[in-house]
Amino acid sequence: MAKAYTPGLTVSERTTHQVQRILPVAGKVLVEKGDTTKAQEVIAKAELPGDVYPVNLSHALSIPPSDVGECLLISTGAEIRAGDLIAQSKGIFGFFKTDYIAKTSGTLEAISEITGQIIIRGAPQPVEILSYLSGKVVEIIPNEGATIESEVAFIQGIFGIGGEAYGKIHVAVKKPGDALTPEMLTADMEGKIIIGGARMSYETIQKAIDIKAAAIISGGIDDQDMKELLGYDLGVAITGTEKIGTTVIITEGFGDIAMADKTFAMFSKFQNAEASVSGATHIRAGVMRPEILIPLNPDQSKEHSSSIHAGLLEIGRPVRMIRDPYFGKLGKVTDLPTEPQLLASGSKARVLEVEIKNGNRIIVPRANIELIEA
Amino acid sequence: MISGKPNNLEEIKVILATDCGSTTTKAILIEYVNGEYRQTYRGEAPTTVEEPVADVTAGVINAVTEVGELAGRKLVDEQGEIIRPANGNIGCDIYISTSSAGGGLQMMVAGVVREMSAASAKRAALGAGAIVMETIASNDKKLPHEQIQRIRELRPDMILIAGGTDGGTRKHVLKIAELIAPAKPRPRFGHSYKMPVIFAGNIEARSLIEETFDDSVALTMIENVRPTLEQENLAPARDEIHELFLEHVMSHAPGYQKLIEWTDTAIMPTPGAVGDILKMIAESKKINAVGVDIGGATTDVFSVFDGVFNRTVSANLGMSYSISNVCAEATMPKILRWVHVDMVERELRNRVKNKMIRPTTIPQTLESLIFEQAVAREALKLAYVQHKEFATTLKGVQQRRTIGDTFTQSGGGHTIVNNMKLDLLVASGGVLSHAPRMEQTAMMLIDSFEPEGITTLAKDSIFMMPHLGVLAQVHPKAAQEVFERDCLIPLGTCISPYGKSLKGKTCFQYEITSKTINEQGVMEFGSLKRIPLDSDESVKIKITPTRQFNMGAGYGKPVEKQIQGGTVGIILDARGRPLELPEETNERKTLIQKWVEAMDLYPSN
Repeated sequence: MAKAYTPGLTVSERTTHQVQRILPVAGKVLVEKGDTTKAQEVIAKAELPGDVYPVNLSHALSIPPSDVGECLLISTGAEIRAGDLIAQSKGIFGFFKTDYIAKTSGTLEAISEITGQIIIRGAPQPVEILSYLSGKVVEIIPNEGATIESEVAFIQGIFGIGGEAYGKIHVAVKKPGDALTPEMLTADMEGKIIIGGARMSYETIQKAIDIKAAAIISGGIDDQDMKELLGYDLGVAITGTEKIGTTVIITEGFGDIAMADKTFAMFSKFQNAEASVSGATHIRAGVMRPEILIPLNPDQSKEHSSSIHAGLLEIGRPVRMIRDPYFGKLGKVTDLPTEPQLLASGSKARVLEVEIKNGNRIIVPRANIELIEA
Repeated sequence: MISGKPNNLEEIKVILATDCGSTTTKAILIEYVNGEYRQTYRGEAPTTVEEPVADVTAGVINAVTEVGELAGRKLVDEQGEIIRPANGNIGCDIYISTSSAGGGLQMMVAGVVREMSAASAKRAALGAGAIVMETIASNDKKLPHEQIQRIRELRPDMILIAGGTDGGTRKHVLKIAELIAPAKPRPRFGHSYKMPVIFAGNIEARSLIEETFDDSVALTMIENVRPTLEQENLAPARDEIHELFLEHVMSHAPGYQKLIEWTDTAIMPTPGAVGDILKMIAESKKINAVGVDIGGATTDVFSVFDGVFNRTVSANLGMSYSISNVCAEATMPKILRWVHVDMVERELRNRVKNKMIRPTTIPQTLESLIFEQAVAREALKLAYVQHKEFATTLKGVQQRRTIGDTFTQSGGGHTIVNNMKLDLLVASGGVLSHAPRMEQTAMMLIDSFEPEGITTLAKDSIFMMPHLGVLAQVHPKAAQEVFERDCLIPLGTCISPYGKSLKGKTCFQYEITSKTINEQGVMEFGSLKRIPLDSDESVKIKITPTRQFNMGAGYGKPVEKQIQGGTVGIILDARGRPLELPEETNERKTLIQKWVEAMDLYPSN
């Protein structure tokens, strides 16, 4: 039997998941190994060096750069408040002196007698890191952060916009093939993670923003709608910093595509459960996909029912087509010919035969399918 | 250069070369067969820089083992190391490698004036094979604190600072350093090493620069990239970048320390090696050449005009990861102007995004292929525009004027890319190399680069230009022989006069003669014709343009040349330059349909 490997997304009902939470600069870690954390708890904080404001005193006081040191009324390291007189020119015979009043607060970091510049460093900016995942601290990275571990139900989406969000799962449709429409969203879903089935429109997401939903997740979205939502055509696929009011995640792809049965069943099972989500997506080497993490109670079944959508491609294996002309169709592998075959495009490629749901058998390039769970 | 290996180049008979890409490691074997060097076998395996393997040499050994199995040559010993020197059908004489794994080399450059010293610094970085993430200059219209903020956000592998001619300004150079030093830029690969900073500016400013930076960076001083306004000196900066690339960046990537020890010459960044081979070929044949490599994420353009080499990398123009960005930058109407069949934009937009999130899918239908090739035309066009804007004469050069120059004098900074002078255009990268028909590759090149006059078209057969680039450092003869015999597949010759006229009017007359062919005819403006001519055939061609058109000898002046055939043959392109398409949709589609038929681009059903 011919076999091949193909990549896919992870959808796991129970898995031990770790997240590493690291400060952008060295700081203080507030938790200890073995501590239990809540998703929205601050676990580390630091102070980012303040913004830097170069000031050309030589120009400001009309003095040669070499005189800047003598005209400064403060020395390196001194604190400055906006409005302070920090430098004064010598003037002529002690008269006609020019003052320099600081426009920003901070600390005097450096003086250059070549360029006549001084560098004022602004107040440090506090930065805090949340636990993101409710769980146990299993590792401390001194001065940098910690690793949190938890038993979770774990679902990877295919694309998202917006950052980290927290809320309770609320499935708003009956079937995975149901489109998510605006009238399905009501005011009592504020702060929730709303789950749809197939396509969600611009109007639906706008409604989610209006009712202040934490996140909205469905099978697909039209790119045209996403463009309207963002106000621009998304070019480079690095997301996570958008501020549109809610985090948006699609689990399958662009267009009208139903959420995978398995994924939908998992969301339905965890109706009302607390979850952490992130829309951040980086599609380059070191792929980062959006994710939904649902921490499990210790008393919940210990049975591991992991269903990673990756592995062996073999006859009988359920697959989904991920490119036109069969985009979104589901079926089972019926043949894996080894020799490359001629496609309608004129290219030759390795293919497989798939029996789709209506019983028809189609030929698809191996590169254009994704393994799914039955 | 080659330690413990044959010192005499003639003793080198078996060469093993690898290119460690982001996703695939490609290995080729070059052997001395019947008095010449030929590329004989090729193997590939997934690159193993990421977890769980996290050792690049594992992927190298897998690819090399595949080559060895195909060649019937034992290349790897029981300890998992490459066997050298060659003895019978065991081992190889030298092993060399390039690498772009881990995103390649990413740099930030800075200079006093964006168009002068900063441009020279950028040229040095690009020539060394880097991706330039940001250029900082005194006149870049950002406020100082905004520039500092930008430096803090970036995480380059190294920084190159230029500025000031030798003995010239110190103050302005220092100002740039004073922006970078307090920003305390952090390197991409974590906290384990100091950010390498290269100073290649005014030599008299060195001590001031040293005082400005503290020991949180690894500062090196090299010769000025712009010692005088009239002179650019990029080689020392380029060499230093290569050295630091190996010392800092590569040695911190998983398994590279071992790979560095294995190779018989320094590992080069992949695009740097590609540039080197193109430069070598242009120099040896005394021609002007342009090469393009269109990948999934980036497009590199290389050019050599009158001996001057330039390289640009368009970081967000590509056919998978970056396809969505091509559509955003070019806009959908511009892409669809190349399409002669009906397509629905809303659907296409979804397809583009689906390709971006699942980059490995391939076109199954003809419609899908036509659309992807239309996107490729716009991606290549955008990349070439960026290249032309960058490949310029030196700005700031003082020129002596005569009275005759009063009305014609142009300042420095005009592009040196001249399509009429272009002799060879080389295609590389998936969408060009894997097109089902060579005619499609040729037309994508012609539509996007718009060569003028007489231009030879070729494609890189199996993307071996990186291997040959690094081989050129060790064994130029072997590199050139393999390049000519196995690397380039000649597509043919494009004949395209500059100018425009009215539809149906005569553009040029042609006469083609050889021992076996004697053909002549007239090309109407707007038409396209293909004349098959095998790769090993050569013919004499005479083109007589009408007075609205120029073939390089002047408007209406005939040109004659001996030209070579190729897998496509001779392409007579009377569509005019610059190439313009009708605005009206139906008229445009009918015209494109005619061109498709003339070139037999796609299956007719």
